[in-house]
Amino acid sequence: MTAPTVERSSPKPEFTDAEAGAKEFPDSTLRHYNYYTPQKRKQSHYEDVTVEVQPDPRHYLAQGWLYGFSDGRGGYPLDWTVLKAWGVDRGDPERYPGSGGKGYEWPAHGWHEFRDPNEEWELTFYRNNSNVVRQINQNVDTARETKAFEQWNPNWVTFVERNVGAWMHVEHGLGLYLFANAQRRAPTNMHNNAISVNSMHRIRFAQDLALYNLTLSEEIESFDGTAHVETWNEDPAWQGVRGVAEELTAIDDWAEAIFAANIVFEPLIGELFRSQLVQQASPGNGDFVTPTVVGAGEWDYASRDLRYTKAMFELLTNDKEFADYNKGIIDGWLSNWVPKALTAARQLQPLWSQPDAKPPRFEDGLDRAKSRFSGILSDLSLDNPKELTQ
Amino acid sequence: MTRQSVAKAHEKIQELAWEPLYHEPVSQYGTDYTFSKAKKKDPLNQVLRSDFPMQEEKDHRVYGAADGAIRGNMFRQVQERWLEWQKLFLSIIPLPEISAARAMPLLFNTVPNPELHNGQAIQMIDEVRHSTIQQNLKRLYMNNYIDPAGFNSSLRNFQNDYCGTIGRQFAEGFITGDAITAASIYLTIVAETAFTNTLFVAMPAEAAANGDYLLPTVFHSVQSDESRHISNGYATLLMALADEGNHQLLERDLRYAWWNNHRVVDAAIGTFIEYGTKDRRKDRESYAEMWRRWIYDDYYRSYLVPLEKYGLVIPHDLIEESWNQIWNKGYVHEVAQFFCTGWLANYWRMDPMTDKDFEWFEYKYPGWYDKYGKWWENYARLSTPNGHHPIVAEDVDYQYPHRCWTCMVPCLVREDMVMAEVDGQMRTYCHEACRWTDVEAFRPTYQGRETPNMGQLIGKREWETLYHGWNWADVVSDMGYVRDDGHTLVAQPHLNLDPKKMWNLDHLRRMPPLQSPNVLLNEMTPAEQQAFHANYIKGGPAGRPAPADA
Repeated sequence: MTAPTVERSSPKPEFTDAEAGAKEFPDSTLRHYNYYTPQKRKQSHYEDVTVEVQPDPRHYLAQGWLYGFSDGRGGYPLDWTVLKAWGVDRGDPERYPGSGGKGYEWPAHGWHEFRDPNEEWELTFYRNNSNVVRQINQNVDTARETKAFEQWNPNWVTFVERNVGAWMHVEHGLGLYLFANAQRRAPTNMHNNAISVNSMHRIRFAQDLALYNLTLSEEIESFDGTAHVETWNEDPAWQGVRGVAEELTAIDDWAEAIFAANIVFEPLIGELFRSQLVQQASPGNGDFVTPTVVGAGEWDYASRDLRYTKAMFELLTNDKEFADYNKGIIDGWLSNWVPKALTAARQLQPLWSQPDAKPPRFEDGLDRAKSRFSGILSDLSLDNPKELTQ
Repeated sequence: MTRQSVAKAHEKIQELAWEPLYHEPVSQYGTDYTFSKAKKKDPLNQVLRSDFPMQEEKDHRVYGAADGAIRGNMFRQVQERWLEWQKLFLSIIPLPEISAARAMPLLFNTVPNPELHNGQAIQMIDEVRHSTIQQNLKRLYMNNYIDPAGFNSSLRNFQNDYCGTIGRQFAEGFITGDAITAASIYLTIVAETAFTNTLFVAMPAEAAANGDYLLPTVFHSVQSDESRHISNGYATLLMALADEGNHQLLERDLRYAWWNNHRVVDAAIGTFIEYGTKDRRKDRESYAEMWRRWIYDDYYRSYLVPLEKYGLVIPHDLIEESWNQIWNKGYVHEVAQFFCTGWLANYWRMDPMTDKDFEWFEYKYPGWYDKYGKWWENYARLSTPNGHHPIVAEDVDYQYPHRCWTCMVPCLVREDMVMAEVDGQMRTYCHEACRWTDVEAFRPTYQGRETPNMGQLIGKREWETLYHGWNWADVVSDMGYVRDDGHTLVAQPHLNLDPKKMWNLDHLRRMPPLQSPNVLLNEMTPAEQQAFHANYIKGGPAGRPAPADA
């Protein structure tokens, strides 16, 4: 015998015919965001989910910022960088009884013209980075299963435990204290989201290296999984890099921090170490795994993070109102950061002689790094600083 | 994840942190709290190698559901009454989300425990996820729902609308002022731990009941991240409690954060759930019942009260007062009535209530009809243009309210309104707790203690003042709440899309000018101001002016 059926309480579906096209009326076909101008002919999916989420009192934010710091300044002050985009010298529209709420015509100033050429939002970000960590896991697992680490000669084991290990600290420190910090400070959502993604690339790469280090500790008997800490703390070859990395996190101006890290530090130190040393030396020393882990980080920088950074600064060095002003500021940044980066790069030179199978010469690698750096400056309409010849 | 366990991997990544030898990271945010450096556990216990594929899998489910909704013609059964209110909600919420991402670095220097920074970085990218996934949901609504107006103008309108401005506190409060007040107490301890329950759990359930299963899909995915953000907040709170010198500030900040969240979130979400639904089953929970379950029992009794033994002073009085506001003083009903009074200055359509709605309200909130029924009958009567003005300019026994200078929700529970002269301006507050927030809490000294890092309440906080003396047609044009014929309003006080039944600028042109209550108040003599106040607090409920003999 079954219990009598009791009707459950649940909402009843109802045919409402509330789908697009069911009726014609004013606005019934206006199916795009009408508050911003796209960079290209059509609004992109990336723009739709990114543009204008972070407000601006100069165009639509009628009542202004509502919460301020103790000095009374709220939101995202434009003078958190000394660089300028066209239109910024106009003050916020004045508000008073009966003033109305209209601001300047969108975009009001040039900062809003920046778009991340990688078009990163959450869907693309997790898709890309999941692929990266999956591929790294597979590479490392395959190496483990095929006993590939047994091919490494002893000097190479030391090289990886110390030097590849030390690099994880650079990524971690800059990822957190430079990039994650900077994503609070730029004037638009397009800037800050791109910087957030950059931050996570670095933090992920740092973790990739740390977990690879853990695997090597488990797979290679002589591998010292803690040697990276000592190297980072004490090895004279690394103290120049560490000093510059720390100094980068001490920069107050968010744009200078991004510029110094992605335009100066990365080509002259990051790529020099990763591409001109680790990637070149690994195969000769029996290591086909490390380049896949390091290569993933290299790809993030070279194909994504540098790309958005160039787009960000190209606008500023070609700004219709402040191009010369901005170039003057950036030249000053170059004069400051290039010598520091080159000095730190040269301190790394002893690393080139450590592996048994030698990579191409340090000077050749540095020349290639300088040449690459010079090309980036040229793309940004900037001249080589005289310090580059150092 | 490979053979390495997450725990082992997580332990390994602790080796990444290092103390600066040559240069300290820049310090850009201050706090009056003090923290001692001690080894702490990262409460998230998460590595990106497992986090990213997990988030990707969650995305697969969300976007799969979105495809399914379109293929399955979900919008044929979505209630317009419900989706119209989403034009407000989804214009607000991406900013609070992204502001939570921006808030994380406020904690890096002020909470000097690098073990916590890994969790904060993961929260940062989670928040980027939430902001963009929500913008994407809105985009889908704009493309597939019958009336795209208000979705298509979403972020412009959010930024210049007074309802959006109220909601914007739930974003700017995370990123400015004292770093711990903002990014820890207001954001993680109160907003995320208490109020995301009603935002992201209770409200999606109501969406599903109104034929929309995409909102629950997206927001439950979001809420699964919130639970770990709560752990971030808890870890910082325990550290703050370890120093007795922080207890006074914690008490201040919990009072401010609790009350502001109640004023803002309960106003908005309460209105969406009670007045945006067509589900009038008697056994479905009212907002008051949900609040009692999710906020009073789950948050207050299960989370906050146990912290009392560590020295946390819990604002019991304000929590009970919030319940009093919701249950006895009709806070949500007063807010919904005000939203609909000012329908023309917004960007969504607000459906009148019907007899079925009346019956449900009376069942859930005994005495509702006597207070609010007549006004809603007037709202329905005046909903299509027929020679009369919009309800705000008609005599329906409703006194247009003053703004609360602090929370910016008007002073709707009339008897609670207080005034104070601050910085040469007579300000009105919806409640003593909002006066305290402005006059006492957000100041450089608090109870005699120097609080140089405390933030300030800034901005033009009464919307009406910007348009004082303007014709309503010009107000609505200035704000951009006009459809593509240049004539018909985006907002309507009904759901009928027949252009002949829709309000347009000509109707508004005939109205008397908008007057800012605060400007008028400040034109009065002190004696007139006191008399005005005495009269105002005798008004209500339901916005009724004080009786003539009062």
